[in-house]
Amino acid sequence: MRFAFPAPLSLLSRVFVALVGGYATAAAYAAAMARWLPMDRTDAVTTGMIASFAIYAAIAVMAFAVRSAARAWIWLGVCGLPPALALYLSMRGGAA
Amino acid sequence: MKGSLRQSMAFLHTWAGLLFGWLLLLVFVTGTTAYFQDEITRWMQPEITGERDLTASAQGAVDYLQRHAQGAEAWSIQLPDARSVAAMGYWKEKGETFLQWRDHAFMVNGRGEVVDARDTTGGWLLYRLHFDLHYIPVQWGRWIVGVAAMFMLVAIVSGVITHKKIFADFFTLRLGKGQRSWLDAHNLGAVLALPFHLMITYTGLVTLQRVYMPWGITAAYAQTSDYQRALAGPDGLPTRSGRVAPMAPIAGMLAQARQRWQGADPGFVAVLLPGDANAVVRITRGTAVSMATRGETVSFDATTGRMRSPPPTHGAAALTESVMVGLHAGRYAPLALRWLYVACGLLGCAMVATGLVLWTAKRRLQLPDPNRPHVGFRLVERLNVATIAGLPFGIATYFLANRLLATGIPHRAAWEANALFIGWGVLALYALLRPVRRAWVEAMAAAALAYLAVPAVNALTTSRGLWPSLRQGDGVFVAFDMSMLATAAGFAFAAWRAWRRPPGPTPRPRQTPKALA
Repeated sequence: MRFAFPAPLSLLSRVFVALVGGYATAAAYAAAMARWLPMDRTDAVTTGMIASFAIYAAIAVMAFAVRSAARAWIWLGVCGLPPALALYLSMRGGAA
Repeated sequence: MKGSLRQSMAFLHTWAGLLFGWLLLLVFVTGTTAYFQDEITRWMQPEITGERDLTASAQGAVDYLQRHAQGAEAWSIQLPDARSVAAMGYWKEKGETFLQWRDHAFMVNGRGEVVDARDTTGGWLLYRLHFDLHYIPVQWGRWIVGVAAMFMLVAIVSGVITHKKIFADFFTLRLGKGQRSWLDAHNLGAVLALPFHLMITYTGLVTLQRVYMPWGITAAYAQTSDYQRALAGPDGLPTRSGRVAPMAPIAGMLAQARQRWQGADPGFVAVLLPGDANAVVRITRGTAVSMATRGETVSFDATTGRMRSPPPTHGAAALTESVMVGLHAGRYAPLALRWLYVACGLLGCAMVATGLVLWTAKRRLQLPDPNRPHVGFRLVERLNVATIAGLPFGIATYFLANRLLATGIPHRAAWEANALFIGWGVLALYALLRPVRRAWVEAMAAAALAYLAVPAVNALTTSRGLWPSLRQGDGVFVAFDMSMLATAAGFAFAAWRAWRRPPGPTPRPRQTPKALA
């Protein structure tokens, strides 16, 4: 299977989304789950941690699966918004 | 990235795999050996003989500690599981770091006697190499291996998407066809054990998830210590009273623990503030009884031998985590399942190694001038020889050093470990200096000879060579030496195949001689 090597800037952009964006999103989900999941708090923390690696991998694969680097950024935003919002609400409301 | 999804996933798979391939090979090889780390340790301490007796060796260890480590912060006794003979004891003086305990570790056999066994890190070195690496701070090693594991997870997912026909590939192995054969071999190793590879990578990340993904703790607790207290329960560290008080017999506490666990063996004993009136004994259940590894712990007042209130039980997530870690480490696995773990681990090694070779096999035909490949290609080619043959060679020199280094020299265990890296380094350097085709043949032949030498040197330097072990029915020593011979045969076969290989095919001239690296 042969394919053209992607343009450097687009590649760098995707790598950034995958590596840094993926970790940040996974961390945000882990933190949001730790605060929101309706269970014993140590258990909520653990659930968030266990799930986070699947989220990280999914974001990393997404960054290379979508058609352009710009789309990778858009999808990163879409995926990262819910946990960021949940965290914001819980900090503001002092929830959990 | 123009083109189909499959093409972009192939790109991701290729480069995620290549970047961390060599490190992942180290992780897979040492992880595979770790399933037999107790047996390796037994082979590396041939002075320890006899039968296991859990209570006798525990009492022997406590006696020794009472003579030599009165006033220490904590004593620890790793009790022998069904696969080992001796207990290992060690202690921590005030202000000592975690790793300094090895300087005063000792072994106690089933008769309760402290054995003057050679100083070695045994199978434990390979186990720690698997996730801590060596010569660098533990936390760095864990992060580096964690990043590699994350790349592995991404390589697995993208590799599966890349597949056109995953089911057909399961049955496909075209031998002697160059690049095609390497691809088939890579697919076979990957697909045959795919559930294992996915499980082992994911659960590997979970074993150290509190290091890699601590943000849930940060979000839910004011301080990390609050979280740790919530996990461990109110039964925290005892405070020193300053009054000296003798300790109740350990046998009684072991019996109580065993009764609580319906007869399951205890695996680990810790005595906090030994000798003090407030001393606490903590006994943790052995790992053989349950798939969940975070074994249950019960505490006792050391002076009275009375059980204290049990720690809090946790919910489904804690149990899930515990079982995931247990699945990864396989400590619960009986012998047959343990060999299956090793077989899957070896398939993982094969998957990584063939993947690395495939990278070069695929690109060799596309090189503008195959006699003068570009730097990136040559680097990958050499690193492949240096790792695929060099690392196993280094492990063989580790075993040889265990038999050949004089006992009693200072830092002996550290020198055994150094021998691993010296052996690996020498062969890697050799591979860099030789023409690459010769390097493959000679490095694999060297590995074969080194593994052949291990049982030979064992027979010459100890009374527990293959023949006496066979006559005595010593399963562990027989299996170890036979495994060395099998590994030697494997490398000899690989060297022979590499030697016989016809010279590379004449390259197709390419229209656009564009470098791919």
